[in-house]
Amino acid sequence: MKKSVFATAAVASIVASNMAVAGPEAEVLHWWTSGGEAKSVAVLQSEFADNGGTWTDMPVAGGGGDAAMTALRARVLSGNAPTAVQLKGPAIQEWYEEGVLADISSVAEAEGWADVLPASIAGHMKCEGTWCAAPVNVHRIDWIWANADVLKSNDIAMPTTWAEFNAAADKLMAAGIIPLAHGGQAWQDATVFEAVALGIGGPEFFKKAFVELDMDTLKSDTMVEIFDQMRTLRGYVDSNFAGRDWNLATAMVMNGEAAFQIMGDWAKGEFIAAGKVPGQDFLCASTPGEGYLYNVDSFAMFNVDGDDKKAGQDLLAKLIVGQNFQKVFNLNKGSIPARVDVALDEFDSCAHTSAKDMNASNEAGSLLPSYAHGMALRGAQAGAITDVVTAHFNSDMSSADAVEMLANSVANSL
Amino acid sequence: MTDFTHSPAANAAAPSAAPQRNWSQLALRWLLFALLGAFALFYLMPLFVMVTTSLKSLDEIRTGSLISLPRDVTFDAWRTAWSSTCTGVQCEGLRPYFWNSVLMTVPAVLLATMLGAMNGYVIAQWRFKGANLIFSLMLFGCFIPFQVVLLPMARMLGIMGLAGSIPGLIVVHVIYGIGFTTLFFRNYYVTIPAELTKAAKVDGAGFFRIFWSIFLPLSLPIVVVTVIWQFTNIWNDFLFGVSFSQAGTQPVTVALNNIVNSTTGVKEYNVDMAAAIIAALPTLLVYVVAGKYFIRGLTAGSVKG
Amino acid sequence: MTEWLERHMPKMVLAPSFVAILIFVYGFIFWTAWVSFTRSKLLPKYEIKGLIQYERLFASPRWDTAMDNLFIFGVLFIVISMVLGLLLAILLDQKIRAEGALRTIYLYPMALSMIVTGTAWKWIMNPGLGIEATVRGWGFENFAFDWVVNPDRAIYAVVIAAVWQASGFVMALFLAGLRGVDEEIIKAAQVDGIPTWRIYSAIIIPSMAPIFLSAFIVLAHLAIKSFDLVIALTGGGPGYATDLPATYMYAMAFSRGDIGQAASSAMVMMGVVFAIVVPYLYSELRAKHD
Repeated sequence: MKKSVFATAAVASIVASNMAVAGPEAEVLHWWTSGGEAKSVAVLQSEFADNGGTWTDMPVAGGGGDAAMTALRARVLSGNAPTAVQLKGPAIQEWYEEGVLADISSVAEAEGWADVLPASIAGHMKCEGTWCAAPVNVHRIDWIWANADVLKSNDIAMPTTWAEFNAAADKLMAAGIIPLAHGGQAWQDATVFEAVALGIGGPEFFKKAFVELDMDTLKSDTMVEIFDQMRTLRGYVDSNFAGRDWNLATAMVMNGEAAFQIMGDWAKGEFIAAGKVPGQDFLCASTPGEGYLYNVDSFAMFNVDGDDKKAGQDLLAKLIVGQNFQKVFNLNKGSIPARVDVALDEFDSCAHTSAKDMNASNEAGSLLPSYAHGMALRGAQAGAITDVVTAHFNSDMSSADAVEMLANSVANSL
Repeated sequence: MTDFTHSPAANAAAPSAAPQRNWSQLALRWLLFALLGAFALFYLMPLFVMVTTSLKSLDEIRTGSLISLPRDVTFDAWRTAWSSTCTGVQCEGLRPYFWNSVLMTVPAVLLATMLGAMNGYVIAQWRFKGANLIFSLMLFGCFIPFQVVLLPMARMLGIMGLAGSIPGLIVVHVIYGIGFTTLFFRNYYVTIPAELTKAAKVDGAGFFRIFWSIFLPLSLPIVVVTVIWQFTNIWNDFLFGVSFSQAGTQPVTVALNNIVNSTTGVKEYNVDMAAAIIAALPTLLVYVVAGKYFIRGLTAGSVKG
Repeated sequence: MTEWLERHMPKMVLAPSFVAILIFVYGFIFWTAWVSFTRSKLLPKYEIKGLIQYERLFASPRWDTAMDNLFIFGVLFIVISMVLGLLLAILLDQKIRAEGALRTIYLYPMALSMIVTGTAWKWIMNPGLGIEATVRGWGFENFAFDWVVNPDRAIYAVVIAAVWQASGFVMALFLAGLRGVDEEIIKAAQVDGIPTWRIYSAIIIPSMAPIFLSAFIVLAHLAIKSFDLVIALTGGGPGYATDLPATYMYAMAFSRGDIGQAASSAMVMMGVVFAIVVPYLYSELRAKHD
């Protein structure tokens, strides 16, 4: 195996030096660096290499992409942009407005992306009508994970309303089990908050509040109710939650110390890595309420010079949305394919639920972008909301004060 | 230079001749050791956590307490961290990045130290009008928060054609190191009598000759201080490293961050900790080996300014 | 010609560094000041829009918290590191057998990057995992050490980790100072029968005034730049209870795409630095003229 890699590399370099034109090239900036994630990206790299491309890896982890975005700004300002960058949500359009993104419409049209992607997801990939990014996966955010044994021994069913959840949590508290495993980091607070907001306010409300930033909705009584529920949830969290990493919270559910966790579907990877079986050891369900909050990872292509790099961008875009990569990548990552025509036979039951719900909510118009994971709003506004959510959750601020602060903070960020 | 074996304070505390004080002297001595020991424990605590965690298996970490001695000692995490953990698509561990850091740190430290020595020499011994102003401008530069300079610096590196390269990183580190290195050397050289320079001038020695044959030979202690300070800062830097590198030139701190700080992946704490210790080995080594000279260098003048 | 060269050599040697500092420090400060008057978002723009960024900054409760924290953190960090550093230096100066080893132990934290020691500290200070759990395990059920998860106390937890990192370096500065004190004076004092503690408080410590200044400058510079530490230990939380100006600025510039806001916060930070450093420079330069 190793030998053949070397042989290929040697041949490639000989070919490269003999011919003036090299094959497709790509330097890829991403923040998938740990074991499972990295393996997922490696799938793309090997496909890229099989098609004659040369992949240069530029990984930068940290802060859910913050560090990578720092590096990206520096690279763009120095006139040395990477070929392809992991970028998502409105940030794609923001970069487009700076005039630095390349147009990949020719690939998208040739491959018929419009026919295989749900409309709302395709919308994120377009900038003023042209295709400017390629989607990789769909993470569902509004998941609730549970320890099957704990629920069974306490005679609790998966809650379908927040009232049911609260009742179940009270019962668990009485039994000496932590109802909700949570890590007190701003992004985790925001993750729970948006799940609650979707559940209590419903899809229409969510869209008005967190996509359109409608002031009346932000100041509405429903919002007060949502913060009330956050305060209730705060009571179901153990006292050591501050600063806890999400995976440690997952571990609490795994070993029965806690019953539930509200977290995106990357939590599944943690369960599976520990040898747990979905449906048997742990349960997955959407958080109480209607709708589907998605986080779509994608790659945007930056303007670069050189035909080999441009060829690399086209090839990369084609492979990313290709059936094979969408399947293999998402099997590794815990998410589901962005395109709807991939066979899901090899996926687990949670992924099936996710895919079914995505199609249903796509038709019902309740397929919504996650605000907490940078899909719904630009950074400044999303950050302003998160500041309030986390300040409220970590203090004894009243819900009315929180709502007022939310409106002010959003207005100040515009 | 100060004689280390005969510290004045040690003399002051040495057991007195009066026999009735022996008992209390002994108790004091024990108290002293107890205090020093307690502080040593405080300082060692995080290192203890890091080392024990790096020697555990992932199962043990997941099931047991994070802060306890390992039940079964295993060096797997160290091997993984050095040569096979994933820092992205490449799974070659920290090894390839280590060399980048060396290539970046060594020239940057040498250059900044040399420039600092020359600057300090000029400011301390060749005072001219405005030299003090220049010195204070340089000192103020030490305080500029690095987050402020990231974006304009990126632009400048692009203009200079150094974007994403190791020479680019060297330039950045040298520029933001000059302030401190100049401060160190200036404070050291200012204690050397100006008469020395004057006498040498009378003898017909020139600017460089005086530096080369009088000042440089006296400079070993402060060179050690400066090198340690610069080496630690540059080796441990993350912000510049992550912003001004590209694929193939990323320093070891960026790789370490990639191992430790992935958001949605499965966390391997034992590998994280082993990687952290490996990445810190060069600086630890510098402190252990050169620590003695560090104190000596500081004694010899840098703090007398 | 050679004479001219010789006469101007000092200036020519200093010139490259001076030019570099002028451009890369002062030019960039000017650049930041300019950007702070614009509405730059994802990337810098150069169209002046007035004081809007400063108005937004001072309307932000999070910035208030960050400035309060800088004050609390800065004062405690500098004072405790100085006191602890001085204490350790005096203790180590008592002809200790294992001095070399102890000195290295006190000094090594400076060699480690906070990216990961932050994680170790996070575990140690976490009530469920670290010290609190351990001490309770020994049978002291009422023992509590929950600073890092308590929004009102978390900033003090950050101080502990920061002191851990920097106090050894301050110890080294003071130890060097102690070794530099003139022996003759001390011997004379001992002959006069002055007790040891009086020798320290009345003779040795006052003679180390310049070291206090150096230590202060090093610590103040670390306090203002504190960034990795907060990110690794608390991530600014719980909530944003441990936010500092440096983390605020970074969040605005790089995760929120609000560069104008970041620039205005940077200018305020620079003002704080100016207020601290200029008096020091003044005293430093006056001493030189003596």
